[in-house]
Amino acid sequence: MPSLSTVTVGTQLEERTHEASMVSLFLYNAVIWNPHRIHFDTEYTTQVEKHPAIVVDGPLQGDWLAQAVTAWLGDDGELLEIEYSNRRAAYLGDRVRAGGEVVEIDQEAGTVTLELYIKNAEDTVIAPGRAVVRLRH
Amino acid sequence: MAETAETTAGDAPGSLLTPEIRQWIGRSGEPLRLEVTRRDIVKYAIATQQRLDKYRRGDEAPPMFLFNAHQDLVDIEDLRPDGLTDDPLLPELPLRRVMAGGIKNTYHRPIRPGDHLVLTRTITDIYEKRGSTGPLIFVVYGVRVETEDGDLVMEETRRRIFR
Repeated sequence: MPSLSTVTVGTQLEERTHEASMVSLFLYNAVIWNPHRIHFDTEYTTQVEKHPAIVVDGPLQGDWLAQAVTAWLGDDGELLEIEYSNRRAAYLGDRVRAGGEVVEIDQEAGTVTLELYIKNAEDTVIAPGRAVVRLRH
Repeated sequence: MAETAETTAGDAPGSLLTPEIRQWIGRSGEPLRLEVTRRDIVKYAIATQQRLDKYRRGDEAPPMFLFNAHQDLVDIEDLRPDGLTDDPLLPELPLRRVMAGGIKNTYHRPIRPGDHLVLTRTITDIYEKRGSTGPLIFVVYGVRVETEDGDLVMEETRRRIFR
């Protein structure tokens, strides 16, 4: 697990691939109580809202960014702050990767700033993010 | 909560944002009280395919666990044709399609089973932008999460985009 003495600027978070399925999207939207049809009704999504396919929730991608951080921290660090923007949509069947790297270390405060991303198959960042974590010495 | 309604687009000719709409900036909803259960955390952890044991066992809530927790609960026949619910904190907007914009969360302490939380939501900004496909309205909410004793647990800022 990372500590203040082992991380350097440029330290990479392990990348994880995510591919939402009809079942995972169903469970996610049930658990956050989101009945927006673009996450389960193909005909409505393509005919009425004119998306090419079922849309992967923006906040689910936000969760994947948070998981890139918490998986890196394990039980040793603390997430203080996270932010992200949904720049482009992801659709059912898309394989995306969540990852990031250390961009700043504040030894005095014991905090590390991370830059985060969700990238699609074309390597385009569809959701950039940033997090601040506290690490042990 | 800080006001950031300084965009000038809302005053431009042809603006979609009437003074009536902009009056809603700064309004807060009724505080929502909720109790966190281990089972709800585990459901969230399964749905999002969490890997850490503390989340999978439900000992602690993952960082995005409270996303949408303040959602108004309405009967099925009261859902809009797109499945969504009209937000009681918002006036009727001239654009109806909704997209997620992004989030900023600040954490003060972990959320655990048995926590009794109080969520207060405030409209912090409504502004307008020109997108490549036409006008967009951005609505920014702040959600303040406290314990029943008033200790700050987390703060969320969430952007929704209407197109």
